[in-house]
Amino acid sequence: MTIREIAKILDAEIICCEENADLDVHTACGSDMMSDVLAYVKNQSVLLTGLCNPQVIRTAEMMDIICIVFVRGKRPDEAMIELAVERGIPLLSTGHRMFNTCGLLYDNGLRGGGDF
Amino acid sequence: MYDAIKFTYNVSGDDFTRAGEASSDVKGKLKKMNVPPDAVRKVAISMYEGEINMVIHADGGQITVEITKDCITMILADKGPGIKDIDQAMQAGFSTAPDNIRTLGFGAGMGLPNMKKYSDDMKIETELGVGTTVTMKVFI
Repeated sequence: MTIREIAKILDAEIICCEENADLDVHTACGSDMMSDVLAYVKNQSVLLTGLCNPQVIRTAEMMDIICIVFVRGKRPDEAMIELAVERGIPLLSTGHRMFNTCGLLYDNGLRGGGDF
Repeated sequence: MYDAIKFTYNVSGDDFTRAGEASSDVKGKLKKMNVPPDAVRKVAISMYEGEINMVIHADGGQITVEITKDCITMILADKGPGIKDIDQAMQAGFSTAPDNIRTLGFGAGMGLPNMKKYSDDMKIETELGVGTTVTMKVFI
């Protein structure tokens, strides 16, 4: 599933790095706790989160996460967008809540990854 | 290939939003040196958790990273309160972080366990009221 397809399924806006929107996403991870995200490495993963601060972008950077979706209509600020642009990580914003966001992607074939 | 290289970072304790800058810089440098991606990611995650810990618990500190052809050593030294019970601190889920840190996505008691998980070797030296030094190694 590509990032562009994720945006379509979630009716999400692509806020930045649209040039990378055709990258393939293999797995997904949904959490507001960054330490939980850091505990399990997945390859070519998308991060779904309701947390909206610069540490979300940094966590994605450390984990080689290739896309971040902010749920519940959360929108990153300029500083966060700048961090994401420097790292080429597309940021998406969807109005769906976390549970529905996960459900929609799962329903369309995306799965969580295995352990490290 | 490269000989031993050393970088030092001062981590500021007063701005949580900037925590992770040092880890980000190291990650970029290791990638440029063509260190294998798995090793880069292990260093990035373990150092990032350590850097976050320094900001949350110890008002910042200093990180030294030494890179040789077969090992990356991270030394994280702070002058914080020290760790009262290391075994307890190593348990997943145990946390002494203040509640406001949890609203920022950390403080779940996963910091030290994650550092141990992603480094190949970890040593903690701590003294109450004096500070803590965590040394982590990732073998290439």
